[in-house]
Amino acid sequence: MTAGIVVFPGSNCDRDLRWALEGCLGIPTRFLWHEETDLSGIEAVVLPGGFSYGDYLRCGAIARFAPLLDEVRRFADDGGPVLGICNGFQVLTEMGLLPGALTRNQHLHFICDSASLSVSPGSCQWLQAYERGQSIALPIAHGEGRFHCDDDTLRQLEDNGQIVLRYNDNPNGSIGAIAGISNAAGNVLGLMPHPERACDPAVGGTDGRALLATLLS
Amino acid sequence: MTSWAGAGTWCWQDLTTLCAESVPLFRARVQVSLRPSVLDPAGEATRAAAARLGVSGISKLRIGRSVEVELDASDRESAQSQLELLSDRLLANPVIEDWQLSILEGDQQP
Repeated sequence: MTAGIVVFPGSNCDRDLRWALEGCLGIPTRFLWHEETDLSGIEAVVLPGGFSYGDYLRCGAIARFAPLLDEVRRFADDGGPVLGICNGFQVLTEMGLLPGALTRNQHLHFICDSASLSVSPGSCQWLQAYERGQSIALPIAHGEGRFHCDDDTLRQLEDNGQIVLRYNDNPNGSIGAIAGISNAAGNVLGLMPHPERACDPAVGGTDGRALLATLLS
Repeated sequence: MTSWAGAGTWCWQDLTTLCAESVPLFRARVQVSLRPSVLDPAGEATRAAAARLGVSGISKLRIGRSVEVELDASDRESAQSQLELLSDRLLANPVIEDWQLSILEGDQQP
């Protein structure tokens, strides 16, 4: 198992992810520069947090056109596991791999805090290590994390069990308190919280460990 | 086999043709605004600041984005279709935003 970590100009959680995957869990990783198009040998793709292309235009709007992401789309369509964290989640929605959009936090503040979340794994393969209704704590750090979608999309997400993570206290005003959603097939997960920052006991909790460790099973 | 002289002649003719049929430049403005159903916290904060400035009675203030574009295209239809693609797929995210395209005439500045 080798996990590919996508690197855009402006990504800043790529090395955190490498530490979490390799240093904490022993999963080999390879950095994938945004101009590359070679995913050979990669068995999972992770899009990290940060400010890809300076968040110009909209968060994730420019990143969506990176040559690498055409390959990531093909990889996801073929059932490959894809995880987008924070800015990575924003990129996945801009690409249309996940529905909805991430907009400015309700109270405008950049929120850097620990968020209490309720997990509803459904068929999302990244969350199978968690129980339905389990409460976990993961760090959040974002200014544009308020999930938005229209009513029909929300109903569809709910009916399909794709709302896999909800905030217990909805700090950013997301519709349905949504913190993370998966695609219908369950191989693509996007979430605003940072599981990679909750893997090493030296820096706080370890509730994110089981999410990344699914790559070992 | 093409000789240098032949290639030179071809280039000259091609340049002449290009000059005779110069591609017109189109100027456009794309106005991107948040869809009415989407909360605009930045607009709300600005509205609150307007009241502190002493400007009262503002019942609505929503912040959008104006994009000025200059584009070479063979004709107006071609310019229009390229600008529509640009607006819908890049400048705006249709999940949260609406856009309005104005192609400006003659010497109008965006």
